[in-house]
Amino acid sequence: MRISRFFKTIFMLDFIRGLLIAIKEIFKTKKTINYPFEKGKISSRFRGEHALRRYPNGEERCIACKLCEAVCPAQAITIESSEREDGSRKTTRYDIDMMKCIYCGLCEESCPVDAIVQGPNFEFSKETREELYYTKEKLLDNGDRWENILSANIKVNNPYR
Amino acid sequence: MLNLKVNDIDLEVEEGLTVLQACEKAGVEIPRFCYHEKLSIAGNCRMCLVEIENSPKPIASCAMPATNGMNIKTNTQKVEKARAGVMEFLLANHPLDCPVCDQGGECDLQDQSMYYGLDKSRFKENKRVVPDKNMGPLIKTQMTRCIHCTRCIRFATEIAGVPELGTIGRGEDMQITTYLEQSIQSELSGNLVDLCPVGALTSKPYVFEARPWELKKTETIDVMDAVGSNIRVDTYGWEVKRILPLINEDVNEEWISDKTRYAYDGLLNQRLDTPYIKYNNKFEKASWKEVFKIIKSRIENTSKDKICGFVGDLTNMETSYIFREFFNRIIENNNYESRSRDKFLDFSNRKNYLFNSTISGIEQADLIFLIGANPRYEATILNARIRKAYSSKRTKIFSLNDVGDLTYPYEALNGQIQTIKDLIEGKNNISQELINAQKPIVILGESLMSSKSASYVFYSIKEFLMKNNKITDDWNSFNVLSNDASTVGNYDLNIFKEDINLIVDLKKHKFDILYLVGQDNLNFEKKSEFIIYQGSHGDKGAEIADVILPGSAYTEQNGYFTNLEGRLQKAHKASYPPGEAKEDWQIINELAEFISKKRLFKDKDELESSMLNFLNLKNENLTNKKFVTPVTFVNENLNIQTKNYYFSNVIARASKTMLDCNNSKIKFESTGTNG
Repeated sequence: MRISRFFKTIFMLDFIRGLLIAIKEIFKTKKTINYPFEKGKISSRFRGEHALRRYPNGEERCIACKLCEAVCPAQAITIESSEREDGSRKTTRYDIDMMKCIYCGLCEESCPVDAIVQGPNFEFSKETREELYYTKEKLLDNGDRWENILSANIKVNNPYR
Repeated sequence: MLNLKVNDIDLEVEEGLTVLQACEKAGVEIPRFCYHEKLSIAGNCRMCLVEIENSPKPIASCAMPATNGMNIKTNTQKVEKARAGVMEFLLANHPLDCPVCDQGGECDLQDQSMYYGLDKSRFKENKRVVPDKNMGPLIKTQMTRCIHCTRCIRFATEIAGVPELGTIGRGEDMQITTYLEQSIQSELSGNLVDLCPVGALTSKPYVFEARPWELKKTETIDVMDAVGSNIRVDTYGWEVKRILPLINEDVNEEWISDKTRYAYDGLLNQRLDTPYIKYNNKFEKASWKEVFKIIKSRIENTSKDKICGFVGDLTNMETSYIFREFFNRIIENNNYESRSRDKFLDFSNRKNYLFNSTISGIEQADLIFLIGANPRYEATILNARIRKAYSSKRTKIFSLNDVGDLTYPYEALNGQIQTIKDLIEGKNNISQELINAQKPIVILGESLMSSKSASYVFYSIKEFLMKNNKITDDWNSFNVLSNDASTVGNYDLNIFKEDINLIVDLKKHKFDILYLVGQDNLNFEKKSEFIIYQGSHGDKGAEIADVILPGSAYTEQNGYFTNLEGRLQKAHKASYPPGEAKEDWQIINELAEFISKKRLFKDKDELESSMLNFLNLKNENLTNKKFVTPVTFVNENLNIQTKNYYFSNVIARASKTMLDCNNSKIKFESTGTNG
């Protein structure tokens, strides 16, 4: 026992084995990505930044049913509603406190018209808290920005809902 | 008594109940849409099906009288299947637009379909679409959602007494309609919204405002009339979003009037939110300290008997009481008054200004005689009781004046005080009918009490009733119908000047300082008086004021109110006064502290107990003065002075909904659905 350990030490066998593994890995494809410039693949069910979607004709989908507000476990959503001039039910205020939000996805699940969704974006860290109180304008803007991906994601997940 | 079984539990119930009521006695809840305790039985929704032993088919329990030996089963598979079938039919034509429906969250159909509804629809055909009807500025209709329970029709016909709703068409083409496409001509129309089990009739002012689960609910008392209806105020943050009735069988059953229900938007408009001082006929914002300073110097530089105070129609009793204390202890006089015009009052006994037969007692009456009252506009809920008495017992109703449609037929007399004299002398037929009636009710209205003949009619009618044993311990047929929420409370607190008529003195400009607490109905020309106005709304009182102290409305402070039958009820705080405004009692307390360096009361609790103590003491030491002999008779034509129902107080005057109601009653405007 002692002798084998003596030889292992004197010939640095473990060291050489480690070196061999490292040399072998050089010729394999790399596992890491160059993050800000490269991004990993994310699931179509990824629960990132929120967005409010519109219908193809530009009409906002949200009908102020307030189910997301009711279901939100962190009480991050605040909605105020009233009758719009044409008699339709619309929100006058739709705020999400992105710091309260726990990104559970219940709002998206409760929405009867697929208006509030959680998109693939996770890079929205800000320097001040104020910037993380999302208003209706910001959320609708998010929806317009990400609409292609959002609608594709909903399509993919449709058979399972 | 009947012996029957509900779900194999033996039960003994009184006769005359339906199967549904018997099941309720057993604590078994039966789903229903068309059945309502206060309405007649229709039996057309079929949701209340139950199984009865030895009967081949399930039976609609709401329409089936309970009989002896019945064995009712409500939880068998057959019943569940039958109800699920009914639910499927109801949902076949229902649009299922719950997310945009205002009833969502408090909808009977939504709740019951959670249990009995199927998760998938088998109905592949086109759904029915029904054009919406115009029901005026209070009720929004979405008739496609209607399930034809006919509760609204029965309410309008039976309770409101305006048979304006009905059905046309049959089967799938059946529609609920107003026939004429005009707003419902009733002051109880808001209750249709509560009655509708689905979202077909929803509240127009509340449309898309909030969801029931996000509102804070406060149980309180209404101040729009003297009935003191029990209400629930729903608030979202500071704002009052809606007002709903609470069930109190002794007062308002489960109805409230439209003014009670919809005047709340007046709480947002015309509010006084900061103290104001008038400089050169212009109001300028000030701080509490500044206004107090001005008031203090004014009061100190004026002789005591030149100061007087008036309490308004919506003031709670704590405020009235501390106001009284303020005059007694700080100003050291008793120039305070709660009446806004010359009105007769005999304060020797509490029974002289109460509605002694009680509101629920109206149902037992066999003869009702109205003198100078229009209960439909002065006390809508009380009028609904009179109608209930009429429709259940065909109670005979007389009125001295023709006051227009009261929703029930009555015999109008000529409006002369001479008729009252004839009645007392036994010269006309009503005299005999009054004597023969077991439980008559005589109602003296505000129009009479402020007329010249008030004291004559008051004493002679009272004497007549006493002589004929109509005022006894178990039935007091002598009633005074007060109009304002705080009237009786202020009388109880002795907020009146016994010997001098302050109103006359005021009009002669005998006073230098006027302190108005929520009093906007004083009809006088301002000359050189210094007027302090304390109140919640910028109305007539604030307009003539020199200094304005912003107070709270009835939903913003705790306070007692005594209703017209003398029932002491506490109103609770549902939201907060706006801006710098404070609770009314607090303002007077702080003003007293500023003037005399000493508060009148330590806190609200001390004020409250002191006030209740005062009331108890007063009740014990009632001066049972023998009433005065009838004053000399002068014949006159009694005028009914009806205030406009929709603008009777500051809150209603500031409300846009009330304005819309008033306009719709004038114009009968219609929408496009009538072509």
